[in-house]
Amino acid sequence: MTISIDPQKTSNESLQPKGWLRYFSFSLDHKVIGIQYLVCGFLFYLIGGTLASAIRIELASPMSDFMPRDVYNQVLTLHGTIMIFLWIVPVVNGAFGNYLIPFYVGARDMAFPRLNAVAFWLIPPSGLMLVASYFVEGAAQAGWTAYPPLSITTPQSGQIIWILSVLLLGGSSIFGGINFIATIIKLRRPGLKLMQLPMYCWAMLGTSLLVVLSTPVLAGTLILLSFDIIAHTGFFNPVLGGNVVVYQHLFWFYSHPAVYIMVLPAFGLVSEILPVHARKPLFGYTTMVFSIMGIVVLGLVVWAHHMFTSGTPPWMRLFFTIATAFIAVPTGIKFFNWVATLWGGKISINSAMLFSCGFIINFVFGGITGVALAQVPFDIHVHDTYFVVAHFHYIVYGGTVFIIFSSIYHWFPKVTGKMLNEKLGILHFFITFIGFNLCFAPQHWLGLNGMPRRVAEYDPQFQLVNQISSLGALLMAISTIPFLINVFLSVRNGKDAGDNPWNALTPEWLTSSPPPVENWEGEAPLVEEPYGYGKEISEQK
Amino acid sequence: MTTLDSSKEIQKNNSEVNETHEDFRMFGLITFLIADGMTFAGFFAAYLTYKAVNPLPDGAIYELELPIPTLNTILLLVSSATFHRAGKALLKDKNSDSQKWLFFTAFLGIIFLICQLFEYFHLPFGLTDNLFASTFYALTGFHGLHVTLGTLMILIIAWQSRINGGRLTSQNMFPLEAVELYWHFVDGIWVILFIILYLL
Repeated sequence: MTISIDPQKTSNESLQPKGWLRYFSFSLDHKVIGIQYLVCGFLFYLIGGTLASAIRIELASPMSDFMPRDVYNQVLTLHGTIMIFLWIVPVVNGAFGNYLIPFYVGARDMAFPRLNAVAFWLIPPSGLMLVASYFVEGAAQAGWTAYPPLSITTPQSGQIIWILSVLLLGGSSIFGGINFIATIIKLRRPGLKLMQLPMYCWAMLGTSLLVVLSTPVLAGTLILLSFDIIAHTGFFNPVLGGNVVVYQHLFWFYSHPAVYIMVLPAFGLVSEILPVHARKPLFGYTTMVFSIMGIVVLGLVVWAHHMFTSGTPPWMRLFFTIATAFIAVPTGIKFFNWVATLWGGKISINSAMLFSCGFIINFVFGGITGVALAQVPFDIHVHDTYFVVAHFHYIVYGGTVFIIFSSIYHWFPKVTGKMLNEKLGILHFFITFIGFNLCFAPQHWLGLNGMPRRVAEYDPQFQLVNQISSLGALLMAISTIPFLINVFLSVRNGKDAGDNPWNALTPEWLTSSPPPVENWEGEAPLVEEPYGYGKEISEQK
Repeated sequence: MTTLDSSKEIQKNNSEVNETHEDFRMFGLITFLIADGMTFAGFFAAYLTYKAVNPLPDGAIYELELPIPTLNTILLLVSSATFHRAGKALLKDKNSDSQKWLFFTAFLGIIFLICQLFEYFHLPFGLTDNLFASTFYALTGFHGLHVTLGTLMILIIAWQSRINGGRLTSQNMFPLEAVELYWHFVDGIWVILFIILYLL
């Protein structure tokens, strides 16, 4: 137990490796950790994307000709797990949270810098373990949900490594959540009120509450599942008197909030980006805060809408349908607030803005199918079909991943001091947007017509639509190329950005680009109106 | 250089700026304990659901012997009190008294674990016999793991409260306060577990 914490020693430049080497060190600087999360997550995104391409190649023809059926199951399991636990959750929480939250609360670092570094360094080993689980005999093939009895009866060594890896990633997530809550509540600069915080802080506070309350339940569930696999207990094994529905309840108690863990931070980030590029204050700040907290509370009591076909009793169906439909209210408030923020603004059409607008369009579509899926009769019709796949990807790819790219275009100048190339950025946006919609919009039709998900073979009548979808996936894969070229070219010889290229008002832009260690020369600025753009315009008049 | 002037304030003396902020380590610990409590909540929810919807086969319904778990409950409750005495003694700078109370608390923890193991060896069922047996061992085992970790931490801070060169003083109460909160948490979980598993 150390009593004296020495910030000079822990974050002083002279004692830390310099240049790119610091990204491979146990650095305690929140900005370094943020970039570590982002780059590490992006590498796993490339792996997960390759697996997604393999799935779409397989589905271009009705027969399982590209890979055998069990390999298909293993590939989709790995794709889901990598994309959720190693790309979206770490990047949208860990990367942007670590980079931005200390600036927003006017602090020099996170509340617990060591815990922060530990939380990051849990990710690469567990990620490698997850990838390695594919190469052992009997790789995990029960999907990212790992439903028993499938996960108990299929070959087990891969499943056990999978469980261990997800447990470590859950631990990393909990440590991160504790850190964010403490930073936002306790580490605010004196004089900065809660209702003056940029919206991303509120989003991260809500997200971290969900992480702390629900992730441990997943951990406990997976421990019980591993008991079933290793020690042959019967918690979830009906043959031994167990109950598979208990697993589903416990699993979705985490995994439905996990959807909000993936999308709430994106709500926060888009609320930072839109006002800057529309030169208008964020519309309805207070309602935004209350809708985030409303989503947090409701998000914890809607999990059983994933289980309408699991013999759920009628009262439960009724309760969870109504509770789920209620989530549309705070989400709708947020949607209209974003549109109202854009309304009458001085909008600059750049890559960050385009990706944010793409997010709004995709997300409202995914939200509407979400409300539809909450209705029991409809859900029973499309349960476990491609409709669910399409809905889910409209939320996490069309929603969150679009915002991750938007945020990279928005904050790249702050992190590196260089601008990204706008032409390549706009090209990246259009290929991604067209490819994404081409890939996932047809899947609604496939699902409504009864094509089941997670099966390598399908009825030949679906072939044409599946090929259109695969073409979209190809475009999505291609869209990564202009992005990577853009990043590598701009890091080397991009245009100098200056400290505040967007003339933004949030605190991270009030320091140099890239920011110094400990964030500010001298005292942290007190930003009472992070979205005071209207004033600025009227003053100019 | 940061020095801990009191347990409530961390003072940060930079060369240019002089900033102080509250000590929020306890806040972080409480957040962690809420998370830990949710793990137990998940286990309890699973156990109660099983009890409600999964009828056990004949011969799998046991009358659990109450003397040992009751003794264990008393041991843990007493150990919470003795831990509290250790904190009070340390606050009055009576380090050796505090150390004695800490060792006594750890001793009670060890007795608890021995009783628990004794009970395990004399139960009429094993881990994989049936659903009740599995949940019984999972719940008590997970709690026992917490008691083991707690006992180790108490031994560590008892070592740290030694008079010459020990870190734990009335000026630096945090390690003791943190472990004490954790220990009370583990006690509280045991009381809930005792009611749900043995009495219901």
